[in-house]
Amino acid sequence: MSEKLALLVPEIIVFLTTCIVMVVGLSPNLAVRRSCGLLSASGLFIAAILAINGPAGDGLLPGLTPYIKAVIALIGVLLVMLVAGTVDREEDARVSRGGVFNALRTNRAEFYSFILFSLTGAMLCASASDLIWLFLALELTSLPTYVLVTMSTRGTRSQEAGVKYFFLGALGAAVFLYGFALIYGGTGSTKFVDIASIIAQQGINQITLAGMILAIIGVSFKIAAVPMHFYTADVYQGAASPVTAFLAFVPKTAGFVSLILLLALVGWDHGTDKVSVGHTLPSQLRLLLWVMAALTMTIGNVLAVVQSSPKRVLAYSSIAHSGYMLVGLIAGPGDYGAGFAHNGIAAVLFYLAAYGLMNVGAFAALAGLERRGRDGRPVEIDSFDDLRGLCAGRPLLGWTLVVCSLSLLGLPPLLGFFSKLPLFTSGIASGEIVLVIVMGINSAIAAFYYLRFAAVAMLEDPSDGPKPLAAPFPARAMSGLVALVLVISLSFFGDALMKASRNAAVVEGSGVRAVPASPSPGHKAGDRHDAASPAAAPAQRVGA
Amino acid sequence: MELVLLILVPLAFAILIALRPAQEAKFHAVIGTLLAAGIGVNALGRFDWGTPATMQLSAAWDWLPTLGLRLSVGVDSVSLMLIALTLLLGPICVFCSFTAIQEKERTYYGWLLVLQAAMTGVFASRDIVLFYTCFEFTLVPMYVLISLFGSTNRKAAATKFFLYTFTGSVITLAGLVYIAWFNATQLDSIGIQSAGRWTFDIAALEAAAQAMPANVQGWLLLAMMCGFAIKIPLFPVHTWLPLAHTEAPTAGSVVLAGVLLKLGTYGMFRFVLPFLPAAVLEYAPIIATLSIIGILYGGLICWVQTDVKKLVAYSSVAHLGFCILGLAALNTVGITGSILYMINHGLSTGALFLLIGMVYERYHTRSMKELGGLACKMPVWATFMVFFTMASVGLPGLNGFISEFMCLMGAFQAGDKWGSLPGGTGGDLGFWYALIAGLGMIIAAMYLLYMVGRVVWGPLVLPAGHDDHGHDGGGSHGPLPTDLCAREIFVLLPLAVLCIALGLFPKPVIKALEPAVNNVVETINATGKRPDAASGVKAMNDLPGLPSSADVRHVSDADVSVASSSPTVQWGGALSGGDK
Repeated sequence: MSEKLALLVPEIIVFLTTCIVMVVGLSPNLAVRRSCGLLSASGLFIAAILAINGPAGDGLLPGLTPYIKAVIALIGVLLVMLVAGTVDREEDARVSRGGVFNALRTNRAEFYSFILFSLTGAMLCASASDLIWLFLALELTSLPTYVLVTMSTRGTRSQEAGVKYFFLGALGAAVFLYGFALIYGGTGSTKFVDIASIIAQQGINQITLAGMILAIIGVSFKIAAVPMHFYTADVYQGAASPVTAFLAFVPKTAGFVSLILLLALVGWDHGTDKVSVGHTLPSQLRLLLWVMAALTMTIGNVLAVVQSSPKRVLAYSSIAHSGYMLVGLIAGPGDYGAGFAHNGIAAVLFYLAAYGLMNVGAFAALAGLERRGRDGRPVEIDSFDDLRGLCAGRPLLGWTLVVCSLSLLGLPPLLGFFSKLPLFTSGIASGEIVLVIVMGINSAIAAFYYLRFAAVAMLEDPSDGPKPLAAPFPARAMSGLVALVLVISLSFFGDALMKASRNAAVVEGSGVRAVPASPSPGHKAGDRHDAASPAAAPAQRVGA
Repeated sequence: MELVLLILVPLAFAILIALRPAQEAKFHAVIGTLLAAGIGVNALGRFDWGTPATMQLSAAWDWLPTLGLRLSVGVDSVSLMLIALTLLLGPICVFCSFTAIQEKERTYYGWLLVLQAAMTGVFASRDIVLFYTCFEFTLVPMYVLISLFGSTNRKAAATKFFLYTFTGSVITLAGLVYIAWFNATQLDSIGIQSAGRWTFDIAALEAAAQAMPANVQGWLLLAMMCGFAIKIPLFPVHTWLPLAHTEAPTAGSVVLAGVLLKLGTYGMFRFVLPFLPAAVLEYAPIIATLSIIGILYGGLICWVQTDVKKLVAYSSVAHLGFCILGLAALNTVGITGSILYMINHGLSTGALFLLIGMVYERYHTRSMKELGGLACKMPVWATFMVFFTMASVGLPGLNGFISEFMCLMGAFQAGDKWGSLPGGTGGDLGFWYALIAGLGMIIAAMYLLYMVGRVVWGPLVLPAGHDDHGHDGGGSHGPLPTDLCAREIFVLLPLAVLCIALGLFPKPVIKALEPAVNNVVETINATGKRPDAASGVKAMNDLPGLPSSADVRHVSDADVSVASSSPTVQWGGALSGGDK
């Protein structure tokens, strides 16, 4: 029990921060209220450090737990910076003009605490070692986001988006809960380790298989993949840009972590020897994921091309990115001896971190701009015209947008390329050549619309008429700057992150070639793992 | 170290340009390109020309070692010559833009320098991912240059250029990654110890790729050609080129024709030929046929152009066709000629684009209908124009001739249908390929001379608004005199000198290229299921006992490969004869 608690220290820290923020956000003192963002960011930062130095998980992928928690918490810091000023702007203005503070009219406390709740949920997903835990964690990730979407702007669009998101989210949850129930029915246990060993010993029966299929389809809501992708564009467009960035990263990460944990129950090395070339997932699941991956990336990219609103483009592109990552899930962890390039799970984990950064950067540029609406209130920009000539007018925002969109496109030498390359290598290593070609062609389709971002911001002259104003929140531009610097620098110095993601992607338990968990994985442990040459790996296994 | 500096110096100056005021951009661009050229001269001096086929000036650092990447550079004579061409065209592109580019100078010169760095990186890379990174990254600067500084239809042209080449090269990447995977784990399946870990080192992957079964090589050939054929461009994927060329600013066209197109042929030389010998042997006739279609089709389209720049752009399609034909000949003469042609085409076509740009700056038209008889107004320009047209046509004594001839010679010798060809090297091309491609030379002469005849000679025709007299006072030229100014002559002169030098004394260059090419040819012959010279003799002795068609082919190849041990010598002799 105490071990499990030790594992949850980062989540507990974030949860405590949530409680503090909930109270602080209601303080009558404006300066204290404004410290919500700073408090949340510090809580997340501490949680990230604790996660990096924390113990490995007790599930099938022990290394995954600290890695994902650290990634979520660190990108969570950026997201908290990005959401600065989303709520309570008018209330603050009224109070600073001398109005009387009314605790009923402020939303700050709920807003930040919901963000932290959702992040806690995503981190808990990574700690899950049980189906029920996983379900609760996934719902804790999603439920706050329905509220966040609704309260993010004052327009009716946000309300519409929130309602759509909620109902479809509930549908998704029902589907995967049904799947979880069937998995329990088929194996007689909710514990991952037990389920995995039962499947490893007895093979996968029809009920379990049906459960897995339903679970995968249900979770595809979280990652915005076909067949549960329909909400994406409307919801992303309806929410305020910072919240959209949040939606595009946090539920997606939670969803991919869940998919990895679920697929690890079945195992990729199902009855195969060490030098296997093809897949080792049960053929039905492989086919399902294959079709999902191909359709997701193609539909996402093709629909993104025809959009006229930047946020809708990014929404559809977010669908496409899920499709790319599904390739890594199909590839599986591969042969550990062959390293990172073989490991599709490591590729997905690396991609999640990279996508989080690029995504923050792209949305920071959108969130950094606003217009005055007809009633004098600030409204978000939502057209490519507003982005014209951004590099000349506001170089920081402009170049952040250009670099991040080219990186999302996968243009070398930016981070997006080096996160897509492992998906290519692991896809080819698992024999999925056709899927890799589909992915390549999709990357080319993506060039249509990412190039548009770059071209509009970098090459065109500003349009006539009133130019968009800078949103008066330096934290937003700051998060963009951090993302920009990381997107460029990680493509040269990102090796530590790659190592960490590789060590996070080691499947233990049912696998034929189990590798022992290191005593304390994470970045530090990653380095130690690396010090041991591949040849020494078998010795390690024996030692354990 | 020189190679790294060659990449970093232009990048550093590009950043400097971005940070300093616009008035200084020109100055920094000149210094940056000249400094790079100076380092390049130093590199040429440090290169050991006694062993031109080995990789030299190498340097390597770890770069994301978990994924197996290395920042690894090194050059042989082929790479170094193409780098030299890049470095030569660098300052020329800067100098030729002084008057043409009046606004957004920082953007222009900055991206021009980034482009130079990326192109140098392509030729210097010894790691496939580094190669691909530079190869792809050339798209961004070129996209910016075309879509900001091009003419009317520039945005469509830039987008088409970007999407076309990006799509192709993604497939190429998939092919290259497949080879890396094969090297990492799959060599076991054909009885070789696998590396067990991923590497993208070109030399290591070359060995692995050669060991692949022929059908896999065939697929990889298709994948790789997706990227390279579009870049070259090979018929029928050439359609982006005329648009991009026509819309690009002068310096953009010069770089595009001079170096960027060579990235494709260089990729073929560096990756396709040595990596996939069995597939290349099998599909060489198809590639050669496509190249010949390109030669004839490009030439015929040139003939009906009225836009001078478009004419030269389509002539690139035709000229690059010769390049590919030479590569597809798969013998020393053909491939050497092809590489020489890459350099020569860069010089002469680059110069033609410069000349057309100079006229465009003065008269703001490129239409043959609006221009004529310029010789009487611009005698210096006309002299250069005629000179470079002749070089492009392939007039003996100028650079184009020797390389075009070598490409055709290679194609001719690469056939054994007629039995004992002198110097024949075996292969599936031969007399007809050479003959039909040779028609392309005649077509080239027709359209280029026709163009010169209209624009340079004949009655004076100027676009409306430009009277025949007293131009010097007119404001429409801006600061430009009627005829070329000293700066423009200075830009053209080095190209002209090199055209003459390479036309009269190509031997040192050919001698430097040949060992590197021989390596590739030997690789193809040795691993592409052909007997080399020694075993060829043996095969010939066994002649009567060999029934299958595959073996018949062996024999006929062997037959000529006995003679092929000396073609380079013969050829060298022929050239030295030409020197006199």
